[in-house]
Amino acid sequence: MSAPGVSAPGAGPRVPRTRVVLAALLRKELTVELRSFEAVPAMTLFSVTTFVLFHFALSRNTLSGDLASGVLWVTLLFAAVLGINRLFVADAEQGGFDGFLLSPADRSVLLYSKALTLLAYLVVLEVVAVPAFALLLLGPALWPALPGLLAALALGDLGIVVIGTFVGALAVRTSVRDLLGPMISLPLLVPVLLCAARLSSPLLGAGHVGSLPLRWLATLALYDLVFGLITFAVFDFLLED
Amino acid sequence: MYGKRLRALALTTFAALTLTWVLAFFWAPDDADQGFLQKIFYLHVPLAIVTLGGFVYGAVAAIMHLRTRDSRWDMRSYVAIHLSLVFGVGVLITGSIWARGSWGVWWDWSEPTLVSFLLVMLLYATYQPLRFAIEDPERQARYASVFAITAGAFVPINFVIVRLSTAYLHPRVLGNISGNLPGRFQVVFYLSLVSMALLWITLWRYEMTSKHAGAQLRALRRRLSGEDEDTQPRRSAVPTLGVEAGAPR
Repeated sequence: MSAPGVSAPGAGPRVPRTRVVLAALLRKELTVELRSFEAVPAMTLFSVTTFVLFHFALSRNTLSGDLASGVLWVTLLFAAVLGINRLFVADAEQGGFDGFLLSPADRSVLLYSKALTLLAYLVVLEVVAVPAFALLLLGPALWPALPGLLAALALGDLGIVVIGTFVGALAVRTSVRDLLGPMISLPLLVPVLLCAARLSSPLLGAGHVGSLPLRWLATLALYDLVFGLITFAVFDFLLED
Repeated sequence: MYGKRLRALALTTFAALTLTWVLAFFWAPDDADQGFLQKIFYLHVPLAIVTLGGFVYGAVAAIMHLRTRDSRWDMRSYVAIHLSLVFGVGVLITGSIWARGSWGVWWDWSEPTLVSFLLVMLLYATYQPLRFAIEDPERQARYASVFAITAGAFVPINFVIVRLSTAYLHPRVLGNISGNLPGRFQVVFYLSLVSMALLWITLWRYEMTSKHAGAQLRALRRRLSGEDEDTQPRRSAVPTLGVEAGAPR
């Protein structure tokens, strides 16, 4: 084995390995976010504020079942849209795209790194937002629902990640990206919202914790897979110039 | 190129639509359950199928554009999506009227086909804003094609998922058409589908002809007034055709 990032001697032009490029890109994303704190703090704060808004808008102190699941998912979705809008901005404005395109790396690696970055944003968001939701609004206890809810969150996040990365890249180099991002991503995210909310509502029911509806689990997983493939297929065309 | 035989096509379309409506009103029997109201079926359903078919054609043309980088494919995709958006508004209006007539409400959330159609329309409504927001014509065409492909794939997936979420209420047209439609209904329905598709194709070709003639006219003007004029074209959502002045097409 040769050293990381260096292909075997005599194997033609030096092309860095995917794993190495991916690690470098993720390190860059992490550094940028830790230095600027542009996306994640806004997303988490937004979610907590939205729970407060729902409390006043619905005039309810506690929620359960359909309503709890709907409020939780709509909040997460809107908070995610904030992150999606910021995902590619630094690259478009400060030459990140150009730098990446000049390097000999495979273009799909940018897609992977952005998807993993968005996933990390969402995980941090949910680590804050779900306990805050349980504290502020949720009627039934969170603990019994947690294992099922984690499955729903994982699949929902995956859907948001594949659609968010695609729409983020599509909208970022337009003149009205802050408007186009949500306008394009929300209709595409409706099936994710639909499945995730149906998945979560029996878990958050008052009284007893229902079982996870497997039909919705499978539908959501399938949607994630199909959209992941579509995003993978078209992403390169967004990076050509 | 697109203007050939356009008049014959337009006349055929007119004749087919007239025949459809004469047959629908005077030959096809009234529906036992819905009576005269059911006639809107011959407008609403073909309109919806042709609209979705137009979106899918837009996606196919977009794939061809990304493969060949020929701006004419981008124009085909653009005109198809544009036209289907106009048809789609018609679908939502006729669907709403039908819902009001047969279920008593203008809008029904438990009706998966109607809801999916609204979602598809909401998504495609962002196609022109997206184009308009990108100034560079080459990038505009490329991004619009990527959008058209993704949205075209979203159409069938979305219909399946939304249908899973709700109980059946809509008359299932494509699923069991031979099962629940007696002979005369079936004949008129297929005829209405064909004539609506002809209408879409005629309008699409008219629009393509007009866009192509416009591009040629601009190219000729440029040549007349020297090369400098029109080097900074107005920002627009319409694809730019790379047409040489006077080049035979």
